[in-house]
Amino acid sequence: MIPILRVAGHILVSVQTELGDDVVAQFQDAVLMAIHEDRGRTDGIVIDITALEVVDTYVARVLADTAAMAKLMGRRTVVVGMRPEVAATLVQMGFTLPGVQTALNIDDGIAWLDAQR
Amino acid sequence: MTPAAVSHQVSVTTQDDVVAARRQARAMAIELGFDAFAVAAITTATSELARNVFVHGGGGFVTIETLRTGERLGLCLTFCDEGPGIEDVEQALQGGFSTKRSLGLGLSGSRRLVDEFELTSTPGEGTKVRVVKWTRR
Repeated sequence: MIPILRVAGHILVSVQTELGDDVVAQFQDAVLMAIHEDRGRTDGIVIDITALEVVDTYVARVLADTAAMAKLMGRRTVVVGMRPEVAATLVQMGFTLPGVQTALNIDDGIAWLDAQR
Repeated sequence: MTPAAVSHQVSVTTQDDVVAARRQARAMAIELGFDAFAVAAITTATSELARNVFVHGGGGFVTIETLRTGERLGLCLTFCDEGPGIEDVEQALQGGFSTKRSLGLGLSGSRRLVDEFELTSTPGEGTKVRVVKWTRR
């Protein structure tokens, strides 16, 4: 449902479709399990949300939670590809994804993760 | 040519209904000619408020209708439930109010995304939120 790939030594999760709340929760578990199962073979996590036309507070919360949980496990997360209207909407609502590293696209996200090594 | 008023009602009793309400609002917003930012604002507010109907109100319905006042076109969304209601509306609207696994910003955040926002709630009887977004013309 949510493809989890290994790219350039990192975990790449591309959120392809609009998410129902139950799928969002599964997403979080899937990312954490992928980190665990990789047993150190991957360094960071790139979450690509290019395809998301809507990020409401629930999805935003899960993104922030997932990054915080991954950090506790010893892995950094970068969220990439946020659309302009999504960024505008989140800030208008008063939510700026505090504590979540973001980058413009997958390349920039991977470059940031590599720089943290 | 004056577009005919359109009205849709979506029943919200499951998570999938929240997604359906969001899609319906999005389609109608695009049809009315809202720009990408306004479409995202409407869709996001619909997601927040429809989720409240499902999670806090125990289910209900969303009515989405087009409005026309002179040259202005608008989209009006009404979210109704017969749940426990909100004891302290002011507090709920201030944001940061803890809710079930959301940020507590859903209600206050939605208010900032629309042009008109009206919340009426009676403890024990339910909650009704009516929001309007106007096109910029």
